[in-house]
Amino acid sequence: MNPLAAALRKDLLLQWRTRAQFVAVFVFGASALLLFSFASGPDSGALRQHAAGFLWLGLMLSSTLALADSFESEMAQRALEGLLLLPAEPRALYYGKAIANVLQLTLLGAGLVPLMVVLYDVSTARVPALLGVIFLGAAGLSAPGTLYSAMTAQLRARNTLLPLLLFPLVVPALLGAVKATALLLLGDPMGQLGSWVSLLVAFDLIYWSLCGLLFERVVED
Amino acid sequence: MTTPLAVETAGLSRRYGRRWALSDVSLGIEAGSVVMLAGRNGSGKSTLLRVLATALRPDHGTARVAGHDVRHEREAIRREVALLAHQSFLYEALTARENLHVAASFLGRGAEADLIARVGLAGRADDPVASFSAGMRKRLALARVLLQDASVVLLDEPYGELDPPGFDLLDGAIAELRARGATVIMATHLVERGRRLCDRALLLEDGRLAWSGAAAAMPTAAHVGE
Repeated sequence: MNPLAAALRKDLLLQWRTRAQFVAVFVFGASALLLFSFASGPDSGALRQHAAGFLWLGLMLSSTLALADSFESEMAQRALEGLLLLPAEPRALYYGKAIANVLQLTLLGAGLVPLMVVLYDVSTARVPALLGVIFLGAAGLSAPGTLYSAMTAQLRARNTLLPLLLFPLVVPALLGAVKATALLLLGDPMGQLGSWVSLLVAFDLIYWSLCGLLFERVVED
Repeated sequence: MTTPLAVETAGLSRRYGRRWALSDVSLGIEAGSVVMLAGRNGSGKSTLLRVLATALRPDHGTARVAGHDVRHEREAIRREVALLAHQSFLYEALTARENLHVAASFLGRGAEADLIARVGLAGRADDPVASFSAGMRKRLALARVLLQDASVVLLDEPYGELDPPGFDLLDGAIAELRARGATVIMATHLVERGRRLCDRALLLEDGRLAWSGAAAAMPTAAHVGE
């Protein structure tokens, strides 16, 4: 089996076996969306205006929980070290884990969309495009998130450190994701969607290339 | 004709912070031999095995395993070496069968169907490793080592947590490895057992090689706390 396929299969299997954790992460994200809607008050115009930002805030906060735990099973019995000694290619292990995290966060984002529609009174006919933007935004969170998760996995303060390291780095990608989502929800009279999606794709490419190169140094040294 | 060396070190040293766990260790281990690595707790046995397996980088000195340098040819060494460590290298959320499948998929081969049965876990093959006792994990970790089909096998306290049938199972596995020409280096406190199974012995003391020779002539008591 191709090493990347083997790594992805392993990570999807691990995610499936620990799916109760995903439910907890989803509930956290849903609670965040609910609280943001309460905090904004009953003004449905304001709610609609801020819906995209709140969706991504909820997704970003809950992603730290999912990402922080993504290396827990790798560290418990030094399973990751065991794979490296087989030898498995570090880059395949990284991309396998990062792709599995993208899929998990995309599923989380897709799960939060109906809640956003109900709580923030928004609608869009461009659901596939919205899911595409969520996928690209999730990719922007996952690539550095997976790398930082590996770096902090053995630290006691990993749940504190991960967001501190991750959030400043992913600001450009989140900016693109929030603006693209807002344009899909509120309309795009100036035709700006393409530019914001391009920005998002560009940062995704940068994150995925650099983090893939750095992962070997993180796990080997 | 001289037998080629499977492991060769010169001035090998490794430290953790300020403490030297291995200090100036020079040794040679012939290919196909079964070697006991003895010494008290903290004498550097695990560190030596981890350096040879390329899980740790040495700070000084050189080491060659299966003809490859541990600093610069790590991947080549990893293809030749299997390590049974204190940690099992297993995924607790996965079943025994899935764990072997994961390892096999990275090795690019199919998992041997009878391997789980050979280590006495046939009845628990589809149970998650999280539900296993420490001895069962050790058995599965041994199956993972055997799956690698390595030419150099490093066993770190392999008898720890095993029950008496597990001891026999491990003795059989070592005999099998010897029969197929693999080099086995086994760190253990069970010196009597080591004397029976091994050709040679190495004694580490405070990270230094204190003695080496025929396993049967291994000095007793004082050095290994027997």
